[in-house]
Amino acid sequence: MYGLTEGAYIVATSLFIFALHWMNAPQTARRGVYAGVAGTALAIGVTWIQPGIVHHWWIIGAIVAGAIVGIPLAMVPLTAVPQRTALSHCFGGLAAGLVGTAEFYLWFFHEPHRLTTFHVSAIVCEIILGYLTFTGSLLAAGKLQEIKWIPQRPVTYAGQNLVNFVLLGTAVALAVAIAIHPTAAWAPYVFPVIIVLSLLFGILLIIPIGGADMPTVIAILNSYAGLAAVAMGFALDNKLLVTAGALDGSSGLILAIIMCKAMNRSFTNVLFGAFGQAKQATASGEEKVYKAETPEGAAQVLEQAESVVIIPGYGMAVAQAQHKVRELYDQLKKRGVSVRFAIHPVAGRMPGHMNVLLAEADIPYDALVEMEEINPDMPQVDVALVVGANDVVNPAARTDPGGPIYGMPIIDADKARTVLAIKRSKNPGFAGIDNELYFSDRTWMLFGDAKGVIGDLVKQLSGDSAGG
Amino acid sequence: MTEEFWPTLFVFVLASFIGLGVVRRVSRLLHTPLMSLTNAISAIAVVGAIAVAGRDYPVELRVMGVVALFASMTNIISGFLLTDRMLRMFKTGKKTDRGEA
Repeated sequence: MYGLTEGAYIVATSLFIFALHWMNAPQTARRGVYAGVAGTALAIGVTWIQPGIVHHWWIIGAIVAGAIVGIPLAMVPLTAVPQRTALSHCFGGLAAGLVGTAEFYLWFFHEPHRLTTFHVSAIVCEIILGYLTFTGSLLAAGKLQEIKWIPQRPVTYAGQNLVNFVLLGTAVALAVAIAIHPTAAWAPYVFPVIIVLSLLFGILLIIPIGGADMPTVIAILNSYAGLAAVAMGFALDNKLLVTAGALDGSSGLILAIIMCKAMNRSFTNVLFGAFGQAKQATASGEEKVYKAETPEGAAQVLEQAESVVIIPGYGMAVAQAQHKVRELYDQLKKRGVSVRFAIHPVAGRMPGHMNVLLAEADIPYDALVEMEEINPDMPQVDVALVVGANDVVNPAARTDPGGPIYGMPIIDADKARTVLAIKRSKNPGFAGIDNELYFSDRTWMLFGDAKGVIGDLVKQLSGDSAGG
Repeated sequence: MTEEFWPTLFVFVLASFIGLGVVRRVSRLLHTPLMSLTNAISAIAVVGAIAVAGRDYPVELRVMGVVALFASMTNIISGFLLTDRMLRMFKTGKKTDRGEA
């Protein structure tokens, strides 16, 4: 039985590695899903047939309940994928926390010989990571879903970081104490205190974080959920948990690093340097003026262009405008205009968010170009069309050394010959700063809901082709 | 018991290097599906949950196991289904083969 189990776990691990490997290209990616399903099914199967497992109906019941909740969660609109992802990190953290808690009390009261310092250290790591991921992700999901009583804007107060560090420090100190004296009579009473502190810490960690930082935070929480599984693997001497958790943890880490680089910020800055608190843009003396354009005028500009680059942002997702964008893409393509999409790594609310939305609208993925690739071409581009993006095209990142986004790599929309910017209102973006791009003499603003404005553009263009 | 620590740590370090190497090459197009796929894979915590829920343990511990099992199964099922659903949407412009869904 031992050999069969370990063998199956090795096969499952290999399948997981292949699953990630096949994700390197869209052509093979679906194979990756099948490999993942096979690995998971194998692992579940071989665990289920272990001799000690007797309460089969409990297991079946939980699996059925998981399916009842899981299937609708997989059918959410793609604009809601960030909150679904946060919610799944939350479930992952909860599972790790509960298994760790159950194991600790089981060992304490029934199998004290397993309560070694090593195992208990692993368990306390598991529950701290698990429970803080649970509440942190739940709050992140709530913020992304824009639930009314959860503040969207960063919540900050004096001494915030001090409170957080004291809280986490206390939890870690108690964890160390339990790890050193795992069989002490007070251990079962201190353990719940660690749980409560971890739950609290998760909330306090996410409260000061605003919308623009969500891609990074989701990636970090992804990493924590993976590391909680690793800790569970150490506690249970289960190498499959360690390898699968390590794959998840490293994936989250890489995504978080990419997101941080794309914002020119560090982890600590994202987690402890509340973005929204950055000093408000220096209010400039003179009143700056926008030049507004009508859909008719904008449609003409687009029609006469040879090359158009569309720069989508979170505003496109909010307005559900991706399908209208596709119609615009078709209209322009029909006229022989070269159309590409410039994707900033942190556009949207999670890594890769824009790509998925555009793919949903049937836009071929070879039209999606990364920031680094498109920037050298921008001076030759006739029209840059900004759809609900703001900070990722803000030239202040290059020019304003005191500004909160200084140093962040941006898409050089301002270098295009003409800029058309669709914006819902005249309010500044998430970083809370003005965008010079909108006042440039090459820029024409189209005010309105992204879906409506693009719909008007499409109407103009299709009307023309019908008439002429 | 404690000698388990070193071999497990060894496995963890190697697996992390493999993970970093493999994930670094994942196409940026697919970062959202990547995240939902790794969600589903890390729900392998289901293995620990089955062990707690299915063994003849005191009932309050088994309840914790069942809740953990439910949470992990939710991630497994929704993670794999959602990843596949998103990946089906990625098409090239070369030939619009919208054959079967």
